[in-house]
Amino acid sequence: MRNITAQAASAAAVAAGSDVAVEVRGVCKMYNEVEALRGIDLDFPAGKLTTLLGPSGCGKTTLLKIIAGLIPATSGEIRVNGQTVTGPGPERAFVFQDFALMPWATVMRNVAFGLELKGMGKDERQSIARKYIAEVGLSGFESKYPHELSGGMRQRVGLARAFAVNADVLLLDEPFSAVDEQNRRKFQEDLLELVEKEKKTFIFVTHSIEEAVYCSDRIVILSRRPGRIAQIIEPEIDRTASPDAIRRDQGYLDTVEEIWQGLKRYVD
Amino acid sequence: MSFPVQANGSPRAVPNSEASFFWRKLSEHRTALWRLASIGLFFLVWEIAGRIPISFAFPTFLETLRAFVTMTLDGSFVAAYAETLQPLVIGIAISAVIGIGLGIVMGLSRFAEWLVAPVFIVLQAAPMAALIPLITFVYGIGLVSKTLAVIMLALPVIVLNGYKAVRNANPSLVAMCYSFQGNLWQRITKIIIPDASPVIFAGLRLGLAAGFIGVILAELLITPTGIGDLITYHRSVANYAEMYAAVVSIILVSTLTLAALEAFELRVLRPEKRKS
Repeated sequence: MRNITAQAASAAAVAAGSDVAVEVRGVCKMYNEVEALRGIDLDFPAGKLTTLLGPSGCGKTTLLKIIAGLIPATSGEIRVNGQTVTGPGPERAFVFQDFALMPWATVMRNVAFGLELKGMGKDERQSIARKYIAEVGLSGFESKYPHELSGGMRQRVGLARAFAVNADVLLLDEPFSAVDEQNRRKFQEDLLELVEKEKKTFIFVTHSIEEAVYCSDRIVILSRRPGRIAQIIEPEIDRTASPDAIRRDQGYLDTVEEIWQGLKRYVD
Repeated sequence: MSFPVQANGSPRAVPNSEASFFWRKLSEHRTALWRLASIGLFFLVWEIAGRIPISFAFPTFLETLRAFVTMTLDGSFVAAYAETLQPLVIGIAISAVIGIGLGIVMGLSRFAEWLVAPVFIVLQAAPMAALIPLITFVYGIGLVSKTLAVIMLALPVIVLNGYKAVRNANPSLVAMCYSFQGNLWQRITKIIIPDASPVIFAGLRLGLAAGFIGVILAELLITPTGIGDLITYHRSVANYAEMYAAVVSIILVSTLTLAALEAFELRVLRPEKRKS
C-alpha cells in the first residue's frame, strides 16, 4: 500500500507518470451558493481503475459527471487524451447508478443503443452488442426486457452498453449501489476480470470502502463539502490471488481500516 | 412437526382431480369472468328497474336489446354512424396531430409552455357545451362546426397530457442519451417520446372519450344528424327502447374504440408491457 497524504497529494496526483488518460485541472463547481468542489487537480492513469471515494455529498458523483461532460464545471478544465472536454464524447462512456435502461427496449437494443445513436447498421451493431452481452455473462437474455432481469443483471446490461461503444475511459457512477450484496460481490469479481481484459481506463465512484480497496489500483479520497482531495492511496494488492484470498489478505484489511480511520471524522 | 398442515380437514386438502381441473380452467379466465359478471349484474338491475317501472320512459333491458338488434339489422345504425363518425374522425385526427405536437413542443420549451399552456388550462376548465352555440353562430350548422366541437373537447386534454408526459420524461434516460452523444432529434424520438408514450396515450384515450361527448353534444345541440338524430327522433316519438338502444350503441362504439387504442399502444409502443 502506498499512502500519499493530503499535503503531497496534489503533487503526486499530477506527477502520476507517463500514461495519463484523464487530467483534471483546477476544477471547481458551485451549485448556486453551495460550493461542491474546490480546486481539484487530478490525473487518472491510463489502463487503471481509479476510485473516487468519500463521504456522501462530497461531490464525487459531481466530479465524475463533469469528467463525463454531463454537467459543466464552474471553473477549471478536463482533458481526456489531451483534448479539452466540452461535453460527452466518444472516448468516454458512462455507467449509471440507476442503470438508465430503456424499459421498452430489449437487452439487445439497450446494449446496442450507443451504436444505434452513432448511426451504425443493425446487423453490425447487434453483432458487437452480442459479443459484450456474452462478456458480461448475459448470453441468452438478449431478447429479455429490463424488468425481467434482477438488479445485478440490469447493471451488467449498463456495463455492456458502455463497453460496446469502445470508449477509452469508462465512468462508473456507484454502479453497484442498487445491486444486492451477494450479486455485488460476484459483479466486482467479474468487473476485475473485465478491467484486466479490456485494458481501459476506469473511473469508479463508490461510497463502499471495501469495494474501493478490492477493485482499485488507486483510490482518491475526497473530503466533505466543499470536496477536495484528502488522500490518495494505492492499495497495491496482488490481483493474481483468488477473490477470496484477497478479501482475507492482511494488506487489504489494513488498507480498509486505514481509509476508515481517515474518513471517520467526516461522518457525523 | 412434519405432518402436512392441510390434512386437518380443510376443504382444499385433497382436491378432487376433476373439480380441480374445472377450477383451474376457471381461474385462468377469472378476470374476464368477473367483468362479464359485473356487466350481467348491471343488465339484471336494469331489467328489474325497467319492469318496476321506475319511469314510463325507461325501457327494460330486453326491450332495448330487441330495439338494438332491429336497428342494427335494418341499417339505421350504419347510416347514423356514417354521419356521426365523420366529424369525430376528422376532429380526433386533427386534435391528435396538433395536440401531441404542441404537447411535445411545450414539454421541451419553457417559452412555448408559458405561451400556450394557460390557454389550454382555461379551455379544459371551461364548460364546452356552453360554447357550442357560439361555434354555430360563426361556422353555421355544417361539418365544420361539429368537427370544431370535437376538437374543442378533445384537444386540451391531449395537449396537457402530452406536455406533462414530455416534461416528466425520465431525466436519467435523457442524460444517458446525451452521454452517448445522441443529438436533440434522437433524444426526442428515441427517448422522450417512447418514455412519454403511456401518458400521451392516456391523453389520447381521454381526448377520444371527450371527442365522443363533443360529437354527440354537437348532434344534439347544433343539428340532429347521425346518432344524435336517432336519439332526438326516437325521444320525440316516444320510442324509448330505440332511443336507449342508440345511447347504448354510442357507449359501445366509444368503449370498443378506446379498447382498440389501448391494444394498439401496447402492441406498437410498449412491447414490454404485453409480456407481464
